[in-house]
Amino acid sequence: MTARDLIPIAVLAVLAALLPLVVTSSPVMNFLVFTLIVALGAQGWNILGGFGGQFSFGHAAFFGTGAYVTAILQMRYGVNAWAGLLLAAAAGAAVAWAIGFLSFRSGLRGSYFALVTLAFAEVFRILANATPVTGGAAGLLIKLEVHPANLQFADRAVFYWLVLAFVTGVLLLTRWIQRSRFGAQLVAVRENEDAAKALGVDSLKVKLRAIALSGAVTALSGCLYAQYFLYIDAHIAYGSWISVELLLAPIIGGVGTVFGPVVGALTLHGLGELAKQFAGRIPGIDLIVFGSVLVLAVAFARGGILGLLERLRDRGRGLVARGAKEVSHAGR
Amino acid sequence: MYSPQIILEAALNGLMTGAVYALIALGLTLIYGVLHIINFAHGALLTCAMFAVWIAWAWLGLDPYLVIVPLVPLMFVLGYGLQRFVIGPASHGDDGNILLVTLGLSIVLENVLLAVFQSDTRTLDTDYSFQVVALGPLLLSFPRVIGLAVAVVVTGLLWLVLNRTDTGKAIRAVAKEKLGANLVGIDVPHVYAITFGLGCACLAVAAGLLMPTFYVNPRIGSAFVLVAFTVVVLGGMGSLPGALLGGLFIGVVESLCGLFLGDSLGQIGIFLIFIAVLLVRPTGLFGAKA
Repeated sequence: MTARDLIPIAVLAVLAALLPLVVTSSPVMNFLVFTLIVALGAQGWNILGGFGGQFSFGHAAFFGTGAYVTAILQMRYGVNAWAGLLLAAAAGAAVAWAIGFLSFRSGLRGSYFALVTLAFAEVFRILANATPVTGGAAGLLIKLEVHPANLQFADRAVFYWLVLAFVTGVLLLTRWIQRSRFGAQLVAVRENEDAAKALGVDSLKVKLRAIALSGAVTALSGCLYAQYFLYIDAHIAYGSWISVELLLAPIIGGVGTVFGPVVGALTLHGLGELAKQFAGRIPGIDLIVFGSVLVLAVAFARGGILGLLERLRDRGRGLVARGAKEVSHAGR
Repeated sequence: MYSPQIILEAALNGLMTGAVYALIALGLTLIYGVLHIINFAHGALLTCAMFAVWIAWAWLGLDPYLVIVPLVPLMFVLGYGLQRFVIGPASHGDDGNILLVTLGLSIVLENVLLAVFQSDTRTLDTDYSFQVVALGPLLLSFPRVIGLAVAVVVTGLLWLVLNRTDTGKAIRAVAKEKLGANLVGIDVPHVYAITFGLGCACLAVAAGLLMPTFYVNPRIGSAFVLVAFTVVVLGGMGSLPGALLGGLFIGVVESLCGLFLGDSLGQIGIFLIFIAVLLVRPTGLFGAKA
């Protein structure tokens, strides 16, 4: 990675970190924290779905695992929340690797892979809803004990910085993936798996590595969700809503790009909040916006928002170049 | 322990629930067989049809079975329009895109229903909702017996349409070889839209059969559509007899799992079958080799 790769990420991270000094309203901070948690999970999805081209419809399986592992360890076994964070990421990676091993070894791709991930997430949801260790249908409450060791802070801004640090870390991670040999192999598998294999890429190994990384990152976001809202149940942690959220953000923002998931999550939730402000108390109005934006994005902006911006920039450059040519012609 | 009679009754009840699953899966498998897409909006469209049945009953006092008659053409037109003017143009013919467009559609439909009808659960009652038919020592629910019969008839009709009419021939031609069909003058987008319409028409029948004994709320479709995916995968994507048999089988499995494991764990049997079939034999029991 070069300085040119790092500077935009660093500048944005610093700007975002300064935000709590300007914004003090707690609904806005809540919105930012929640959106960043979604963005983090979406970054996880993007590693597998964006760079690897394997569209998962069941990332809730990893999100929920992260949330439950940290909550159960902390509440039932008194494990320190920071250690729980690491263990949650490890658990997410393990679950993801196992699901990936089963499905990729059977050669599932495209729609079939989407369906099998969806089914795995549902199995987890039903199990979490029925077993005692997860608190069953009543869910799990994390005790409110404000202390940095418990990942609970008196000031919301601290939690915001924590989530922001993770998002920035994963931005760097994805930038590294993009520049690395592993990333190149992953993209090769996405573009044409048979050709990649013919060139000696061990496609199973590459895909497994991607899904494990993806699962770990998404589990982290689940863990942060549990620690921020202090309550989870099977429908929150393993529900299809989160699978959809995590896939929408990268697709809207720009699939397979470093900033796409973050841009997408901010745009979607920004639009959702706007719709709520305008439409008032209509239930589901933000989701109506999400769905419409998804259809519109697929129809008119295939690279998402970032793709659209790039195209505009190229067109702008084209215009400038053409303009310069005409000027030079006229000058002759 | 359970007496054999209870188990037999549970199995038969499952068989009849399975008939409705089969109807829903029939639409899904038809669309998959021809367009090679997984229609994520199928559940939301079913919810729309169920609300239509409920409205016709609540506002106009119409019998749910009677509503099926006008609802079938209505849902056909809706499906035709959606594929022709939304899904087709928006997805640029790319499979991954179609998945996303239908997902977006389902989110929109589901939440528009939520905005209009709120999240309340609604039921309707008819004179025959709780009637039973005696079959020897077994007591069977009358609406479910009707459901089973109609599902078999609809599968037969659909098979006739596909195999004995020119439209059916065109549909099969497009399913086999899109480019070739186009070359001999078949209007491919039109056939796609007709297929999608037929798939939705199946949902109209399923909705009419479900409502006398079931309830409707804006999120109900997603529960059915996951089961329908299982049925379609089990029966082989694109296979009509596969969908019928798969639906009946899944209905029985669900009912027996519910009996032995309790309601909350009952559904897990379905998903484990689903995953197992996908991992071991993704072409399903009746599907052609992919």
